[in-house]
Amino acid sequence: MPASTTTEQTWTQDQPIVSIKDVRKSFGTFEVLKGVSMDIMKGEVICIIGPSGSGKSTLIRCINALNDIQAGSITIEGQEVHDADLDKLALRKKVGMVFQQYNLFPHKTALENVMMAPLKVLKQPKEEVEKRARTLIKKVRLEGKENSYPGELSGGQQQRVAIARSLAMDPDVMLFDEVTAALDPETVKEVLLTIKELAADGMTCILVTHEMAFAREVADQIYFTDKGVIVEHGAPDVFFENASDPRTKEFLGQIL
Amino acid sequence: MIDIIQSFFRDLAETYPKWNFIFFYEPAQWERVVSGLYVTIKLSVVCVILSVIIGIAGAWAQGSPSRIIRWVVQSYIQFFRNTPPLIQLLFFYFALGQFTPTVTGPDGWTEQPIISNVGWAIISLSFFAGAFNVEIFRSGIEAVPNSTLEAAESLGFTRAQTYTNVTFPLALRVSLPALNNNLINLVKTTTQAIAIAVPELLYEMVSIWNDYSSAQNAAMTVLFFTYIALVGILAFGMHKWEKRLLVPGFGKAS
Repeated sequence: MPASTTTEQTWTQDQPIVSIKDVRKSFGTFEVLKGVSMDIMKGEVICIIGPSGSGKSTLIRCINALNDIQAGSITIEGQEVHDADLDKLALRKKVGMVFQQYNLFPHKTALENVMMAPLKVLKQPKEEVEKRARTLIKKVRLEGKENSYPGELSGGQQQRVAIARSLAMDPDVMLFDEVTAALDPETVKEVLLTIKELAADGMTCILVTHEMAFAREVADQIYFTDKGVIVEHGAPDVFFENASDPRTKEFLGQIL
Repeated sequence: MIDIIQSFFRDLAETYPKWNFIFFYEPAQWERVVSGLYVTIKLSVVCVILSVIIGIAGAWAQGSPSRIIRWVVQSYIQFFRNTPPLIQLLFFYFALGQFTPTVTGPDGWTEQPIISNVGWAIISLSFFAGAFNVEIFRSGIEAVPNSTLEAAESLGFTRAQTYTNVTFPLALRVSLPALNNNLINLVKTTTQAIAIAVPELLYEMVSIWNDYSSAQNAAMTVLFFTYIALVGILAFGMHKWEKRLLVPGFGKAS
């Protein structure tokens, strides 16, 4: 896609920051995504909900090229993600990702986890990185835990370190892949609060979640996926009160 | 002090002729022990370092996308793991040694192979222990969760950056106990270098008891205790290292 550099230059903030068009993705013969499209504007918070196996996680993993796609296109700030010539680093700088299992580096302290990517990948000066990392740790309310190893932190604390670690790369879009699914109920709140504050700061967030009350509170748009397609989407109030598709109704009936 | 020790062992040898610790009172024999010990330590240190390098490089090569490279590494492991180290040593020295070029020695008239018997012992033992080290590091690398590597990837780390900053430090922690065992074995296996006349500790001790048969029991006793001490130092160092690398919640519980 030779036009990618020019389109990036022409991208403006009134265009979607993330644009997904007819994305198809298969694992072997099993098609997980069967033509998914969505546009996300800068500063929007999107929640993707749906039964397990419906392709939610696969979709957000495709957004930062952890999975490849077979057809369609995904652009971030006008730049095609699945372009073979793409500078992966440029993409990773724009997109931060937080995982269900935190995936912190167990041999590094909380502070070192946050510092590692800016130091090693962006090669930024240490003092500056450390200053920013300490601010981020404070932001996710983990002041005093800078020198703790992941193994010494609770699940919720680890997840907040993971969020700070992603933020250290100063991304424009944050992806959250079922980030509270592995947590016990008390710690879920702390993590959700962190995400809420992030959203309030204007960060573009795409979340795969099972926390319906949270989705309803923070999301600008809710997307419901089932069997690899987007069944319907809408603003939370409309979506939760007046879901039109019978599959959505059935799903909401089961969990609400 | 030295006088007391020397006269103690001289008296001991007179009272019990089968326990002649001759090297503890005859300086010439003592020097043979010391020079043997020095060669053993040199051989051990060099082989330990080289075999660890071979292990790391081999484990990295095993993850190569090239099938040929993976096949070469696999063949190397199979060959060195499944044949006796003594035969490997003899093969290297007597078979391969024939084909290495020679140079004129410092005396101006003898022809000496460019790889000495010590050189062959180092090569052979390093490759022998290295084959096991590849497998040890590989098991460590495989123990690193894929999801952790994915997190590194999503943060923009390249493959090499992920390997040096995440995979290797974690794999090392998993590998250390097995590595410890293999390196201990390696230090003990250096005694096989006697077969190609490398003047290490066992070689010198056997020479001494060939010259003084009354020193046989004494020499063997000293050999046992020396190796217990040598291996003890290595194991102690490795244990310290293991403890220093220990992080809460990864591997052994703290």
